[in-house]
Parts: sequence; C-alpha cells; structure tokens
Amino acid sequence: MIVLDTGAILPRRGGIFGALSDAFWRHPKLLVFLMLTPPVLWFGIIYLGSLLALLLQSFYSLDEFSGLVVPEFTLSTYAQLFRPSNFDIIVRTVLMAAAVTLASGIVAFPIAYMAARYAKGKWKALFYLGVMLPLWSSYLVKVYAWKLILAKEGILNWVFESLRLTPLLDAFLSIPVIGGNSLSVSYTGTFLVFLYIWLPYMILPTQAALERVPVNLIDASGDLGATPFQTFWHVIFPLALPGLVAGSIFTFSLTLGDYIIPNIVGSSRQIIGQAVYAQQGSAGNIPLAAAFTVVPIVIMGLYLWMAKRLGAFDAL
Amino acid sequence: MSSETRAPWPLKLASAAGLAFLLVPLLIIFVYAFTTEERSFVWPPPGLTLKWFAVAWGRTDLWSALTLSVQVASISTLIALILGTLCAAAVSQTQFFGRETISLLVILPIALPGIITGMALRSAFSIADIPFSFWTIVLGHATFCVVVVYNNAVARFRRTSGSLIEASMDLGADGFQTFRHVILPNIGTALLAGGMLAFALSFDEVIVTTFTAGQQQTLPLWMLEELIRPRQRPVTNVVAMVVVLVTTLPMLLAFYLTRDGDQIAGSGK
Amino acid sequence: MTSAVSLQQVSRHFGPIRAMDAVDLEIAPGEFFAMLGPSGSGKTTCLRVIAGFEQPTAGHIEIFGETAEGVPPYRRNVNTVFQDYALFPHLNVLDNVAYSLMLRKVDKAERHRQAEDALAMVKLSGYGARRPGQLSGGQRQRVALARAIVNRPKVLLLDEPLGALDLKLRESMQEELKSLQRSLGITFIFVTHDQGEALSMADRVAVFSDGKVMQVGTPEEIYNRPNSRFVADFVGSSNLLPPDFTATITGQRAWASLRPEAIHITPSDGAAMQGRVTARSFMGSTVRLGLYVNGASLHAVVPASGNSANVDDMVGVLFAPEALHLMERET
Ligand SMILES: Nc1ncnc2c1ncn2[C@@H]1O[C@H](COP(=O)(O)OP(=O)(O)OP(=O)(O)O)[C@@H](O)[C@H]1O
Ligand SMILES: [Mg+2]
Repeated sequence: MIVLDTGAILPRRGGIFGALSDAFWRHPKLLVFLMLTPPVLWFGIIYLGSLLALLLQSFYSLDEFSGLVVPEFTLSTYAQLFRPSNFDIIVRTVLMAAAVTLASGIVAFPIAYMAARYAKGKWKALFYLGVMLPLWSSYLVKVYAWKLILAKEGILNWVFESLRLTPLLDAFLSIPVIGGNSLSVSYTGTFLVFLYIWLPYMILPTQAALERVPVNLIDASGDLGATPFQTFWHVIFPLALPGLVAGSIFTFSLTLGDYIIPNIVGSSRQIIGQAVYAQQGSAGNIPLAAAFTVVPIVIMGLYLWMAKRLGAFDAL
Repeated sequence: MSSETRAPWPLKLASAAGLAFLLVPLLIIFVYAFTTEERSFVWPPPGLTLKWFAVAWGRTDLWSALTLSVQVASISTLIALILGTLCAAAVSQTQFFGRETISLLVILPIALPGIITGMALRSAFSIADIPFSFWTIVLGHATFCVVVVYNNAVARFRRTSGSLIEASMDLGADGFQTFRHVILPNIGTALLAGGMLAFALSFDEVIVTTFTAGQQQTLPLWMLEELIRPRQRPVTNVVAMVVVLVTTLPMLLAFYLTRDGDQIAGSGK
Repeated sequence: MTSAVSLQQVSRHFGPIRAMDAVDLEIAPGEFFAMLGPSGSGKTTCLRVIAGFEQPTAGHIEIFGETAEGVPPYRRNVNTVFQDYALFPHLNVLDNVAYSLMLRKVDKAERHRQAEDALAMVKLSGYGARRPGQLSGGQRQRVALARAIVNRPKVLLLDEPLGALDLKLRESMQEELKSLQRSLGITFIFVTHDQGEALSMADRVAVFSDGKVMQVGTPEEIYNRPNSRFVADFVGSSNLLPPDFTATITGQRAWASLRPEAIHITPSDGAAMQGRVTARSFMGSTVRLGLYVNGASLHAVVPASGNSANVDDMVGVLFAPEALHLMERET
C-alpha cells in the first residue's frame, strides 16, 4: 500500500461544483431551499393558482345576451345553483355518491378481511393483483367493458336468458327511478360501474386498517368469552372503521366529481360532473361551471371534517 | 393477523365473488377484441377473427392520437420525475416544518376528483387568455403525475439510510459525487418505477384532459369519442385490449422493481 | 508537538439541548483514544463534529494544527467507521473498499490491488465479490474498517464499532483493532459506553457526561483516581465515601473513592475501625463482602483463603489512608 503524505485538511476543490458543494455543506438549508423551489413554484402557481382562478370564476357571471363572461364580483351565479333544475342535480349526485359509498363498503369488506386475515403466500398475491390490476388498468376501458356487459344484447342479458330469468330482469327494469330501457341506460347501470371502478379505493385502506389489528386482541376477546360474531362486532369492526372511512372519502369524492361514467352508461338526467362539463363546453358558461365545481369541494370539506372527527386519517 | 387458520365459508364466498367482480370485466375485453360482429355488442361473439387488428393498424387517426398520448406522457413524466424527486429529497433529507403541507399539496391534484383539477385549469386558462395547446395538456398531466414519483422516491429515501450519504462524504466525495455514485444508484429503481407509473397515469388520463385539450386528441379522448359516437366498434375493442396491456404492464413491472420493502404508490392513483 | 485533534471550548447545541458543552480535548498523534460515557452524553456528537458531519455552535477545532471548522467532511483526511457500518448496498465488497480510491481517480487495477490489501489486513481476503447483504455482522464491520483505512487517513473515528457483535467476536476484535492501530500508526478515536472496553484498549480515556468532559486520563488514572463522583460511579466499582466519613479519617471534608481491593479485613477485637458484614458473595479466588462501617456502606474484595467472615459478623476494617482518593470535583 502506498502511504500518502497528504495533510490532514485537503485543499479546496476548484471550479463551480467544488464551491457549490462546500456552500451546500455549510448551509444545508440552502440546498433544501433550492430543491424545494421548483416544485413549490409549480404547485403554487399552476395548481393553487388555478384553484384560485376557479374560485374567482365562480363569482363572475355570464351575460345572458352577449354570452360573454362579466368579470365582476357577484353571487348571482351561486344563486343559480339553487334553481330547482340545478339543485336536483346536486341532490341526485350526493344520493348516488352515498349509495356507491355504502355499497363499496359492503362489497369491499369481505375481500379486505379475507386478504388481511386469511390469505397467505400465493393467495395473498392473487388478492393483491385482484385489486391492483383493476385499479391500474385503463379507466375508459373499464367503463367500456361495463358497456359491453350491460348492453341490451350484452353479457348480462345473455346470462339472464340462459338461466331463463329474463322476466325478472324486465320486472326490475320497469321499476321507475332505478330502471330504464336497458341496464346500460339506467341509474342501476351507472351505480354498478361507479361501484366497480372505485371499489379498489375502498379495499386498500380497509385492508391496511385490518392488517393492523393485532392477533392477540382477537384471541383475548375469544378468551374473555366472546362469540366470533361478538368479537367481530365489538373488536374488529371498530378497529377497521377508520379504514372504511378513509376508503369512503375516495369513493364519495370520486363519484361526486365524475362525468364520464354517467355519460357512457346512464340515463339522460345529469349529475354534477356532467353539468360542469356541459356548462363550460357547449354552453360556454364558465362561471356556472366553476360554481358547480365548488359544490363537491364544499361537500368534501364537510365530509373530511366529519371523517377527521372519526379518526379516519390514521389509516391513510 | 391470523389466529384461526380457516376462514368461514360465507366469507370465502363473499370475497371470491368480490374478486370475480373485479377481474371478470377485464377478461371480457380480451374476448371482444376478436369478435366478428361489427354493429352491436352481442354476446357470445358469433365468431372470432384477427382482422380488426389489421384494420386498427391502418387507421391514421388512431396513430396520431397514440403519438400525441406518448408525447404528452413522456414530457409529463419527465417533469414529474424532476419535481417529484426534488420534493422527495428535500422532504426526507431534513426535518423541516412544512413537510406535511408539501405532501398534501402534491397529493391534492389526484385526491380531488378530476373535474376540480380540470375545471380549475380551464378557469385559469380562460382568465389568463391562454389558448389550448399541447402544453396546456402537459401542464395538467405533469401536475397530477408528480405524486406517484414522489411517493416512490420518498419510500426509497426513507430506506436509504442517511449514514450512506455521510459515509460517502467521509470517504472524500463532495455533494455531486455523492449524488452520482451513491444516491442515484440507490433510488434508481424507485425512480424507474415511479416514472413508469406516471407514464401509465398520463397515458390513461381522460377527465382533466377534456378540460385542457382543444382540438388535440389523445388516445383516451379518441376512445371517449368512440364510446359516445361509435364509428367502428371492433376497432375500439382492439384498442381497448391494447390499452389494458399497455397500462397494466408498467404497474406489474413497477411492483416487481419495488417489491422488496416499499409499497408501490398504487393507492395514490 | 501538535495534537492530532484539538478541541477548544467546542459546543454543539440543538436548540435547548447541549449535546456538547465547551469541550476541551487534546488527542496526540498515534494515540488510541477512547470516549466513554452513558447514553446521550454527547460522544457521538463529538465524533461527528470531528468528522465534519456536525458544525460546532462555538469553539475551535484543529486537526494536525490546521483549522477544521468550515471544512466539509470530504476535505478532512479523517475517516469514520459507522455504528451501522453504512456499507453501500449497490456495490460489492471490493468496490465498497475501493470507493475512496475511485473518487481520487486511482486507476482500476491499482485501486483493486490496494482494496485487496486492505481486505487482507482485516482478514477478509477473497470476499471482494460479495454484496454487503451477504455478509455476517462481524464481516460487515471488518469491511467498514477496511474501507475506512484503505487510504490511510490521519485520524480514524470509530463509533461503537463492536457494539453489535457478540461477546466472543468482540474480544477478538478488540485485540485486532489494537494491533491494527499499532501497525498503521494512525490516531484512533473510539466511542464506547462499555467501560471495560475503554479501559482495556485505550491509551487515554475521556469520560463524558451531559455534553461535558468530566475527566481525561490514562485508564489507570481514571480507574484509580477518579476526579468526581460521576466518574468513580461510572468507571469503577470503587466505594464512594461521603464527606462526613472522609473527615473522620483525613480531617478533610470531601467526597472520596476507595477501591474494594484496598480494604483488608481483620479480627474485630482491637481494630480501630469496625464494621458489620451485610452481604457475602463467593467469586472464586476472591470473596466480595458488603460492609456497614460508621454509617457508610462499603464493599471489599478480599482473598477467599483465610476469610471466613459471615453475614452479620463484626469485623475489623483496615486500609491505608493513602488509598483514600479525595476528589476535586463536587459532583
Ligand atoms: N440532530 C440532533 N437533533 C437534536 N438533538 C440531538 C441531535 N443529535 C443528538 N442530539 C441530542 O444530543 C445529545 C447527545 O447525543 P449523542 O448521540 O451525542 O449521545 P451519545 O453519547 O452518542 O449516546 P449513545 O451512547 O446513546 O450513542 C442527546 O441528548 C441527543 O438527544
Ligand atoms: Mg452514540
């Protein structure tokens, strides 16, 4: 080995890089500041700026005659939201979101429970892929697949026919609000597709919450004489609740803000997302579209505030 | 967690039904791509053919939509990689007060429904009089892609112990050499995974894009058009199948790349 | 002669926490120096300040006579063996060891040769192609050592390098470290909270408490003449005698220490000082006795042969007044 006879302190490195590197070491905050600047500027200007613009637009109004946006502060656009036709849209959307959320909770729970508590090795991987594949495959293609399933000449009809249950389906479709000409143009169809597409968002947090329930807690409960059902109801369910609430935040908010699904599979009656799209597009009424967009933000704000009080964020 | 090993049968049944509900619709896409039926969605397919692949291949509108999607996704991913990595590095290298805020800010564009992000950008473009273009699409996509890169990078930074960086500097590497020889090789696969997920996310996005694209047509916009006003259904079927493959493969690869230890940022989608 | 490392009134505060508080240390070239102290006493912080990972809040540092504050770690010819080893997981063992040579642009064949030599010094020849993940804890520790010495730093810093090893490996590593230090002639600064390790390996020891250096000295000085109750308590198994007790013997009111081996037991009749045996445990060639003397509790270690004192017996207690070491510090 060569014994080097260098000093204890090596000379300063030349060049801009040497100087910069020394400066970063001397002032670590400088480096953090420099690293944070581009993302903070991007999000501050482009994203938060846009949200501000949205808010601003919602306080403007549309001149009915010229069709131009009047950039003056007014609450008249918000007042329009309370017209019966618009208010119906809001109520309808919230009801749909609530129904979808409730149903996803019910469908997701057994899957999450099975995956968290019983699935091992290969099965665990299957459950994982079973949730992640639908989550990551194309949104439009998933909607399209449901169009194929629900269409009048599609798979579901074929299944009912093969089982000679067509009258049952027809009876269901003749029910006023939830029925329709075929499943693919009914509320039920919209509901099913929403349920399908948002289901993984409910499963993942629920499973995460269930995985954190310690085994010995379950054993302890059994030890103290609880039946499996009592254990479930008094121990497991309360501990899983934060996960379910976290999942419901996703399903609720995503349903509030979607317009593609009801456009492709659904009846002609609009929900909020469709109203936003129609107002900003063909109607050219950006202020009203913006005001409509603020509605889900407000509803989600309320929802999050309630969820927070339930402690749902520990499971995120 | 498991104290008893056997699941009760109603639970097995319910979870199996749930899994089937999740997976079967994806499989159906694969069958329809080969159907001979042109006009309707009839099931079962009257016959199977490969002809629609050739027809789809010959469609120029499809190719230009695909090209645009790839361009948008590539540039958005590049921007997301830079911003997401910077953000993750800043957040994990120091203990500073705003890290919760930063994480929230980054996740917001994807946690809020697409119409909010889309409509917000649309409002801003309208106020600032910015005409729709390729770049308005990229602006939106890059914004919501940052989070997947960020999540992956943060998870990896957390595993790469701070003492590695100190060890490198101790052995004579300045900040830049440490970045090149230690940090980059250690977070490389996480960035690759994050980048692929970001690409998939952008490649598939439709809602925000409908608010930020003018005459431009990305592949999802092309599909949306076909779903609402069908021109040639079998071509749509073929595209649907290809898109499923293209979007799930990066997810599987990303899963493979990050499988030891960190979670892939799936729930961030 | 200039010191290898010289700390003058060096402080490092983290907000209200004084991790290092006005520390003065002079460490001589070629010395094997140990920093000893309880958990949280500031040893690691002191090491990190010398390595350049932390910047002192106040004070002056010299390394071989050259000012070190404001100099980043990569410009200090000082290397560290980290407690968690900090081996680069993406490089194999050889490239880990050759890392610093690679940075200095030594050509590949030469740096691999030197890295092999370093690996040989820590008895790991032939392990070069492995990944750090494929090594045992003790082997990783040796790789970390080889990596730190490969380019012959002026000072080597070791933060509890043996902490994670089992007892047997620990003892053999202690000897190897010692002989490595002798053959390299490099200054070693070594952090430990194991007083036996510090006393047996080091040329000199600094005892830390609450960010302050309580005493610096050779192991003998520290052990036999602790300057404070803290050091006596932490380092030795010495008896601590309160001022009242000391006053009756020396006439001076001060805390004093008295080593258990210095106490002799005599028959109680006619002894100047008498005590009652409160405990007795057989240690092989010696017996350890607990004694209650003039309101103070002591313990004595006496030869096993010819000592048959039992619990509750009265015995004579005898020691030379010089064995009583009065301490300068109050605490
Ligand atoms: N980066 C930091 N921020 C805040 N406080 C710190 C930091 N580093 C160390 N401290 C505090 O400084 C004090 C000394 O810590 P240090 O790590 O030097 O102790 P130590 O003697 O090495 O202990 P141990 O034997 O447990 O390793 C502790 O109270 C610690 O909590
Ligand atoms: Mg320490």
